[in-house]
Amino acid sequence: MHSVVAIKQVPDTTNVRINPETGTLIRDGVPTIINPYDIHAVEMAVRLKEQFGGTVTVITMGPPKAAEALIECVEQGADRGILISDRRFGAADTLATSYVLAHAIEAIRAEHPVDLLLFGKQAIDGDTGQVGPGVATRLNVPLVSYAIAVESFDPVKRRAVIHRKIEQGVEVVEVSLPLLMTVEKEIAPVKRAPLSNMIKAATYKPEMWSADTPVQFDITQVGIKGSPTIVGKAFTPPPREAGAILSVAEKGLRDAVAQALTMIGQAHVVTVDLHV
Amino acid sequence: MSEQVETSSPRIWVFIEQEDGQPHPVSWELLGAAQRLANDLPGSVVEGVLLGHNVAGVAPQAFQYGAKRVYLIDDPILEFYRTMPYGMGISKLITKYKPEIFLFGATTLGRDLAGMIATHMRTGLTADCTELAIDPKQKILAATRPTFGGNLMATILCRQHRPQMATVRPRVLPMPDPIPDATGEIIREALDMNESDIPLRRLRLIPSEAKVNIEYADVIVAGGRGLGGPHGFKLLGELADALGGVVGASRPAVDAGWMDYEHQVGQTGKTVRPKLYIAAGISGAVQHTVGMSGTDFILAINSDPRAPIFQMANASIVGDLYEVIPELIKQVKGMRNGH
Ligand SMILES: Cc1cc2nc3c(=O)[nH]c(=O)nc-3n(C[C@H](O)[C@H](O)[C@H](O)COP(=O)(O)OP(=O)(O)OC[C@H]3O[C@@H](n4cnc5c(N)ncnc54)[C@H](O)[C@@H]3O)c2cc1C
Ligand SMILES: Nc1ncnc2c1ncn2[C@@H]1O[C@H](COP(=O)(O)O)[C@@H](O)[C@H]1O
Repeated sequence: MHSVVAIKQVPDTTNVRINPETGTLIRDGVPTIINPYDIHAVEMAVRLKEQFGGTVTVITMGPPKAAEALIECVEQGADRGILISDRRFGAADTLATSYVLAHAIEAIRAEHPVDLLLFGKQAIDGDTGQVGPGVATRLNVPLVSYAIAVESFDPVKRRAVIHRKIEQGVEVVEVSLPLLMTVEKEIAPVKRAPLSNMIKAATYKPEMWSADTPVQFDITQVGIKGSPTIVGKAFTPPPREAGAILSVAEKGLRDAVAQALTMIGQAHVVTVDLHV
Repeated sequence: MSEQVETSSPRIWVFIEQEDGQPHPVSWELLGAAQRLANDLPGSVVEGVLLGHNVAGVAPQAFQYGAKRVYLIDDPILEFYRTMPYGMGISKLITKYKPEIFLFGATTLGRDLAGMIATHMRTGLTADCTELAIDPKQKILAATRPTFGGNLMATILCRQHRPQMATVRPRVLPMPDPIPDATGEIIREALDMNESDIPLRRLRLIPSEAKVNIEYADVIVAGGRGLGGPHGFKLLGELADALGGVVGASRPAVDAGWMDYEHQVGQTGKTVRPKLYIAAGISGAVQHTVGMSGTDFILAINSDPRAPIFQMANASIVGDLYEVIPELIKQVKGMRNGH
């Protein structure tokens, strides 16, 4: 059983700064975390390893600093961490990101066949949820997005039954292996890591891949060059205007409430007749 | 049979999302947006794309909301949404008809599908847009979306690759008025796939119990951490009932287990666009307000006169919500009884 989990290191705060020229994120000085959904993806892979044995490989594309996120995953139970890092990969949109991850996974599975690919349902910085579907498409493996539970998983019969959260409720699907899942947090609550993992992680050094070694990436498909979308402009959203402030302390409870209701009535927004 | 479709005019496509023959209203919101884009893109035409099994009945509604044509793939394989057959079917249509712009609802289905298609066609996809326009100089789609938790808006362009794709959440765009007797043309295309080619099948669907649809509610009475506990939501529920509305919640209230996630408004919850939004004990963090800033009238109730929500509310009551809400209930009920 071999699972590959794609994780992303994201800024911890939403108070991040943007480079107004490139419209991209200024990462310096911003605290980072592993994308919250991705932690649960790693946990799911670790659980399946506990059940069936095998290996969990974690990959990330990002700056050198993202190595620390991989070490955290080893703490959580992953066996191998690969950081795909190259200046030429910078400012990638989801199409370019999905190329790099898919190409890396192709190289990984050529050495060691992969049964399961795990992604977060979305990254909290970009919030697109496109990278998982993109990688599934490129690798031509079935996609199960918004997964919340694995009902059964059979690495021998090569099939899995998975629950996914959709608008109408929970859809239960049967799917063949290998497959790619993008996960919600419910997929697997994170457990405390055993001490042995901590000890392993303390000295663990993730593998570093660049654009040309050990795997050759097609430079025209990465980074800005490989990204069909560009940020035209970035701006702060225009604020709404503030309306009347009615203080209970000044007006008294009854009048403050009555005035608010009168204003709602005058705005003609609700069908309930709020005119006194 | 489809050769008569002219190829010269730029096509603006909208994916008509349906489940069990029930169209998702976001499809009509997108057709409205597509029409506005078409007005700024001379010679262009708005068309719908509809997939499913026995779903031709949805097409007349698409015409009423502005589609001139609907491309229909009707096949038993498409009875339930599955990424692969839907994605392959639509990719085939794109290759044949070469649309300029293609819009999808940012629903679970739409995001999954658009992500696949954009990759398959090797084109750009902008997620969760809040505004769509035509860049006046370059005559291409300018898709604006919030990034970094709504702190910043970014306008995304896709210059060279086609189609230019975007997803938009339900309720972000206004619902257009239907034109009752509008008609259009249905163009049928074949899927040409076998069930045995598809690696995934639906075993069953467990429908969600609580059918709260806060996205399409006209009145929402929402509560936050300021409620101090689940009991506050009972009170809000009473006010919501009196106003014919539903209850909404901020994320901390949901995380604390006071309300179900289905009620959460904001960046990681739902986007709502009610006529009236009452925010009680909600401070007004941007991750919350991105989900409700399209409201017509916001009434905020907060004990802190400096609460940021007051800067965007149409009317604000500074006071303790446990005094204000009961008084609101009393006065609203009084009005309804004609006192
Ligand atoms: C990536 C990310 C995504 C997020 N997504 C969402 C989201 O989807 N939705 C969301 O809501 N949040 C979201 N948040 C959280 C958001 O940043 C805020 O933390 C949250 O909205 C605050 O909720 P609140 O207003 O209920 O609580 P608080 O900010 O704690 O505000 C409580 C308010 O209640 C008032 N109050 C207290 N007691 C009373 C009383 N008796 N009467 C009247 N007023 C009282 C206080 O003055 C205060 O203003 C997200 C955050 C991040 C980082
Ligand atoms: N740079 C990256 N490196 C590794 N995985 C990524 C990267 N970007 C996105 N992902 C994965 O794709 C998921 C969805 O991201 P997004 O499509 O950007 O919202 C994340 O939860 C990760 O699992």
